[in-house]
Amino acid sequence: MGAKAMKKSFGLQLWRRMIIFIVGLYLILPLYAMLDFSTKPFGLAHNTRTLASWKVIPSQPDLTLAIGRSLITALIVMLLILFLIVPTAIWVHLKLPLLRRPFELLCLLPLAIPAIVIVVGIAPVYRWISINLTESPLTLSGVYSMLILPYTYRSLSAALDAVDIHTLAEAATTLGATITRVIFGIIMPTIKSGIVNGSFIAIALVLGEFTISNILNYKTFQVVIAQIGRSNGNVAVAVSVASLLFVLFLLLIIPTKKRQGAVLDVDVA
Amino acid sequence: MSSSAYVQLVDLAKYFGKVKALDGLSLDIAEGELVALLGPSGCGKTTALRSLAGLQELDRGQMIVDGKDVTFQNANKRGMGMVFQAYSLFPHMTARENVEYGLKLRAHKTAGDKRKARSAELLELVGLSTHANHYPYQLSGGQQQRVALARALAISPKVLLLDEPLSALDAKVRTQLREEIRRIQLELGTTTLFVTHDQEEALSIADRVGVMRNGQLEQIAAPAELYDRPNTAFVAEFVGLTNPIAGKVSGGSIEILGGVVKTLPGSITSGSGIALVRPESIDVVANKAGNATVFSASFLGASCRLSISLADGTRVTAQLPSPDAIGLGAGAPVKVSLLDLPVFVKAAG
Repeated sequence: MGAKAMKKSFGLQLWRRMIIFIVGLYLILPLYAMLDFSTKPFGLAHNTRTLASWKVIPSQPDLTLAIGRSLITALIVMLLILFLIVPTAIWVHLKLPLLRRPFELLCLLPLAIPAIVIVVGIAPVYRWISINLTESPLTLSGVYSMLILPYTYRSLSAALDAVDIHTLAEAATTLGATITRVIFGIIMPTIKSGIVNGSFIAIALVLGEFTISNILNYKTFQVVIAQIGRSNGNVAVAVSVASLLFVLFLLLIIPTKKRQGAVLDVDVA
Repeated sequence: MSSSAYVQLVDLAKYFGKVKALDGLSLDIAEGELVALLGPSGCGKTTALRSLAGLQELDRGQMIVDGKDVTFQNANKRGMGMVFQAYSLFPHMTARENVEYGLKLRAHKTAGDKRKARSAELLELVGLSTHANHYPYQLSGGQQQRVALARALAISPKVLLLDEPLSALDAKVRTQLREEIRRIQLELGTTTLFVTHDQEEALSIADRVGVMRNGQLEQIAAPAELYDRPNTAFVAEFVGLTNPIAGKVSGGSIEILGGVVKTLPGSITSGSGIALVRPESIDVVANKAGNATVFSASFLGASCRLSISLADGTRVTAQLPSPDAIGLGAGAPVKVSLLDLPVFVKAAG
């Protein structure tokens, strides 16, 4: 019977590995194809390799500026998450339980409304901003912080439900903490993993967003990639691979950073 | 009501829709006293505690602590130390940091080394010096509640509020910790309000126990008095076990089980009533000519509980010291009589 069980678990192992292998292949093949394409010389010479497309990346007009813009936009969105969305989510969970359902529904709306409809709705606002205030792609952070709501709010809400925040808040209050201290000093560190996950999804979304910035005529990273692609396919693909590697890099460092804290283990205990 | 009481709760009321959580509760607590509020769930005891902590707004009433009206003071300014039923340690802080948290928030910021000394002192007091650098998830439930106690005491609270702090723990830890709470409370002389639904817990550590019902205080008295001399039928039946035995009341006494015993104040004064008799007030002696038989016997260690069928078919429960119960097995004929202790009598029906 022991041998049978072992055989069974071996079969299961094999099956698992096969699935991982197939999924891996599915994910890696396009990347490989992109890498392959980006290192081929322009024209029909198939047997040679060149890094020409990669080398010209830094000299692409607008590109470095666009990367900077997108990163700063992501940073602003991050700050909006930390100082607006997270405290609001905590406030709703803590003090306004009746508003939880409506709030959740509200946060899901950006998912239900097509991007193009959002743009049409929001364009007048942007026209007003650019006429009366300032013309800057960074104002996109405003729209983006709405776009990310379905994902960010979900992950925050799940983290908030996993802990007894009411008791923590009351304990801190009796010890002398103000509500601001309770939110920023007690509850936010407690749901750190939820905030990190939510923010990461948000950053990925902001760095990959194309429709809205393109239609509103702002030159963000994705818009510039698309522009380059129109004149030189190889370079555009090289840039895309580079950006994918960058996101992959983010993906790899953020989870290890978070495991250092004790907060994550609490969810398990 | 004495005006010298350290904590005075005057006519507190809180209504949740039609539910009366507090309905005119008044309670005085002397300085250094441990008062337990006991009652079934929904009787308002937790609401009373949370009101004193400032976590619950009241519809009516006044709260005075140390001569100061705190009724409208914010919870974070009241200086109450509270231990909750649910585990409430801040998960991202070590035990020591948890204990220091309240000190850090004091208006006159306690200096770092003083804070450290204080938290070390308190962790020592609750017997967890060796766990100062542990995170809550590394501590057992009992240890977490000890740290929570140390954290509440660190700010030298005006009143220590305990909201069923032991109910999530297993029986053995519970008994141990409740005695420790009492030891620490006596050592520091902290005025304490303790809320529980466990009567053994309340009776064993409190100076006075208040029994609550429907948002009001039914009776408040020292544990022994509450047990021996209940003022109302509810208190008699809620605290400890009672046998309802019917009898005739007249002239301040009742005739039951072939004897006459005095009735307690608050009992009905005439007519037929039901006496609420403690099992240990019933004396059972083996007697071949006796008018009752033992129906069943259960051995509890130091004592023995007997279920006895009387001649008229009713059944009463008696509790005897084990040595006195030797030979009183099921079916044994016995003679049942009452010890001369006053009983509470409620109206029949």
